[in-house]
Amino acid sequence: MIGVGKIKQYANVLDKPLSKGKQEVSLSAFAFLFSELVQYNQTQVDNIAELERRLEDAGYAVGARVLELLCHRDKGNRRETRLLGILSFVHSTVWKVLFGKVADSLEKGTEHEDEYMISEKELLVNKFISIPKDMGTFNCGAFVAGIVRGVLDSAGFPAVVTAHFVPMEGQQRPRTTILIKFAEEVLRREASTYNRIVKR
Amino acid sequence: MAAIYSLYIINKSGGLIFYKDYGSKGRMDTNDSLRVASLWHSMHAISQQLSPTLGCSGIELLEADTFDLHCFQSLTGTKFFVVCEPGTQHMEALLKVVYELYTDYVLKNPFYEMEMPIRCELFDINLTQAIQKDRVALLGR
Repeated sequence: MIGVGKIKQYANVLDKPLSKGKQEVSLSAFAFLFSELVQYNQTQVDNIAELERRLEDAGYAVGARVLELLCHRDKGNRRETRLLGILSFVHSTVWKVLFGKVADSLEKGTEHEDEYMISEKELLVNKFISIPKDMGTFNCGAFVAGIVRGVLDSAGFPAVVTAHFVPMEGQQRPRTTILIKFAEEVLRREASTYNRIVKR
Repeated sequence: MAAIYSLYIINKSGGLIFYKDYGSKGRMDTNDSLRVASLWHSMHAISQQLSPTLGCSGIELLEADTFDLHCFQSLTGTKFFVVCEPGTQHMEALLKVVYELYTDYVLKNPFYEMEMPIRCELFDINLTQAIQKDRVALLGR
């Protein structure tokens, strides 16, 4: 048979390196699937807040799985334990795997210590979506917010994550900002003596 | 300068789902544009039946003294047509571009209901850009 002998045989399936997987899928196929996801959920709810919550829940499941996969594939079964570490992991590693690029920016909130923002000029899931006027501030980025919450929560950084449109000066289209508000315990742990010792 | 007067999109049952005019000539109010849309839909269907050639797909170009009408029908029966100054070039290509924008920004939008009037911000923005780009290309000739 052609190709036999080229593939290294592993006695144990666990010794086999985890494949990198196919790097890209069709954007159109994804857009149609995502559109159906939103349409289906729309038939199941009676208000916009509920729709947002359902999209976020759908994203949460993705986030939890993505963390598991990437920790195993890229980080040799280690996960980030520090706040800034996990944030840059989301901003670069997770974003790259999901959207093929690093997120446009990662900033710390100016008003509150526990808030961080990941901004994207044109979020992939919103590429083809126009929100009707009567839906107000609804953002389908809620799905991505759910992914971020899934990653953070599973890594031990519980947080409330929301997606917002932020108008940009001189730009026709608003950008999407994913607002991350960490739970109190996360910040307390971050400031604890143990973490300070580890840092040294 | 060659000019585009107006652009229409009609659904498979002949209802007008999108209308936009450019410039002053050939402007129409809502009632008239709806009438033109359904009239064109019927004429297109009749032309298919009357055509002496087998497997005719309907009128593609109507040439009049004061305007040209270019029409493109997609596989699903949605028709796109543009009314422009007589002799304007590259309208087939423009209609293909409009069709592409329709499949992207209208059909992939979860808030769009099939066969209903198109109200999508992104479609409007990209359409304006495409038409402007086309005008620049025509001017450069």
